[in-house]
Amino acid sequence: MATSTPAARTDGQPPPPPDGSAGKGGAGRDGAAGQSRRNILHRLDVRAVPYAFIAPFFLIFGAFGLYPLIYTFWISLHRVELSTMDMMEWRGLANFTELIDDDRFWNALTNTFTIGVISTVPQLLMALGLAHLLNYRLRGSTFFRVAVLTPYATSIAAAALVFTMLFERDFGMINWGLSFFGIENVDWENQKWPAQFAISAIVIWRWTGYNALLYLAAMQAIPRDLYEAAAIDGASRWQQFRQVTVPGISATIVFTIVLSTIGATQLFGEPLIFGQGPNGISGGADNQYQTLGLLLYEEGWKNYQMGRAATIAWAMFLILVLVFVLQRVVTGFKARRPARAAAAPQKKAESTPSATS
Amino acid sequence: MTIDTAPVLADARERAPESPPPSGRFRFRRALRPGAGRTHHAGPLAYILLGIAALISLFPLYWTVVAASTDNTRVAQTPPPFLPGPNLLKNLGIAWQDAAMGKAMLNSLIVAGAIALSTVFFATLAGFAFAKLRFRGRNLLLLLVIGTMLVPPQLGVVPLFMMMAELGWGQTLPSVIFPTLVSAVGVFFMRQYLKEALPDELIEAGRLDGAHSLRIFWSIVLPIARPPMAVLFMITFVHAWNDFFWPFIALDMTNPTVPVALTQLSAGYVRDQSVIMAGALLGTLPLLAMFIVFGRQIVGGIMQGAVKG
Repeated sequence: MATSTPAARTDGQPPPPPDGSAGKGGAGRDGAAGQSRRNILHRLDVRAVPYAFIAPFFLIFGAFGLYPLIYTFWISLHRVELSTMDMMEWRGLANFTELIDDDRFWNALTNTFTIGVISTVPQLLMALGLAHLLNYRLRGSTFFRVAVLTPYATSIAAAALVFTMLFERDFGMINWGLSFFGIENVDWENQKWPAQFAISAIVIWRWTGYNALLYLAAMQAIPRDLYEAAAIDGASRWQQFRQVTVPGISATIVFTIVLSTIGATQLFGEPLIFGQGPNGISGGADNQYQTLGLLLYEEGWKNYQMGRAATIAWAMFLILVLVFVLQRVVTGFKARRPARAAAAPQKKAESTPSATS
Repeated sequence: MTIDTAPVLADARERAPESPPPSGRFRFRRALRPGAGRTHHAGPLAYILLGIAALISLFPLYWTVVAASTDNTRVAQTPPPFLPGPNLLKNLGIAWQDAAMGKAMLNSLIVAGAIALSTVFFATLAGFAFAKLRFRGRNLLLLLVIGTMLVPPQLGVVPLFMMMAELGWGQTLPSVIFPTLVSAVGVFFMRQYLKEALPDELIEAGRLDGAHSLRIFWSIVLPIARPPMAVLFMITFVHAWNDFFWPFIALDMTNPTVPVALTQLSAGYVRDQSVIMAGALLGTLPLLAMFIVFGRQIVGGIMQGAVKG
């Protein structure tokens, strides 16, 4: 019965679910008892089965996502060593106070923040520009889309290995290219800002195309008449981009900012491999690019202090929560402003494309 | 407002009254059709800029092939090599042996395959329930699913590691498979597709024939959902193949996945730069092959999964 292709239309409300008596065929033969049993089974089917269908997701997330997150907090209140993980010694908030006094924590926090900014801001801006270009009527648009997405198919490890070589001090291609501009032998790994820039370059390379496709999808959903109306009003291409495209995809922009922020807080593989070996875990000889993720790993799996590692994980979680609260406040603030501005000049609101369709 | 997109976004939209109305609808066909949307033709400048973007995207991969096909001394010369050399197969062979790439690739195939299969199955099941079945608390539960996206799984690595040790799964593949058997993005993705593509009449017809929900799922939903399931499979496979943080913690060098094995290349076990590049190439090849064959579908899938707003 399901072999025919369905007509792609879903209109109106479906008829109410039939009860057992409406059943066709042999349903009536079984008599009253059979019918009521069937009825109960059917009700059970309609009532309970949806929950059974979504249960696997929640069970697995609960077991391997939510439970570990909460248990992380419990561990962070203890001293636990990697070699004797079943022995937990209560420490209260001592791990947290030690962490706050620990310079390495503040260093890792600052590095995570600066690398996060250097990698996210240019990435999303370039993705926006790229999406705008891809949104033109293009020859070979499929090629360009697949091409810019290809870095996304490269694993962190492989990408980091390749970029580590490109950023090599003595024979790397990037220094070779820079030498034509009079810049000689930048020591990308050993200097703080060059190292952070190089690590950011890996992140930018891998994710710009992916974000551009998300923006492109949102841009294509903007009704064309909005652009036509703006063009009639004499809006230039740039004004159209600012006033139609960007507001039109604002939800997706927020979405990518959220995803990139989460990604930036968790940064681990790129600096680890960029540091080549033992230097990677400490984030360079002077911890110049050690991120919170690396510090977590160093405490837990190099210094064997699982309790401290859990404390760092929980600190990362708190930072994320803080970022989202801030983001909400900022969005709320920005949304109120134009609302007031639009209320004042009435005739301007008439000429700009209306928000209500 | 019904939950048509992720709540964060719906919320942002509500608060931004000047933005145009969300089209909200989920367009499977449209996302696949190149050139939908605006009518402006691209000028030469657009082609030049796009060409540069494509070049930057592809060049590191090309250069990986170049470096993997020369030898250590040639890689270290300036100017660096730009054309492939004769040693590709030799270097691939050395990388295959020295970095245990054979075992790593088999492991990655098992891990990514199992995760992708399970994610697709459970996502379709839950996506169908959220799209077409009516039950109490449906919207709230869907919100909850989307909310889980905001909890990065990496934060739970410490107890996860302890759990795996207790279960006796330390350094084994199940320890990296089980935590990622489901994905919120997948559930949301399948729900969006089925909401639009699966006619309610078909389900009702099935019910009238006396089919129970599981049978409806099996013989009506699954056949219709095949195209997005294939796309979700590929996207999940890419993610699972490339996943780094947890596998790096959970596995060791005797039983690694590809990214874990690649860290060994960087950590000084192998000094030959062209062999390192050969290893990186090996680890990327399966996904590159997939992109060359199905790139168009994967692009379409990512764009469908995107929140239109």
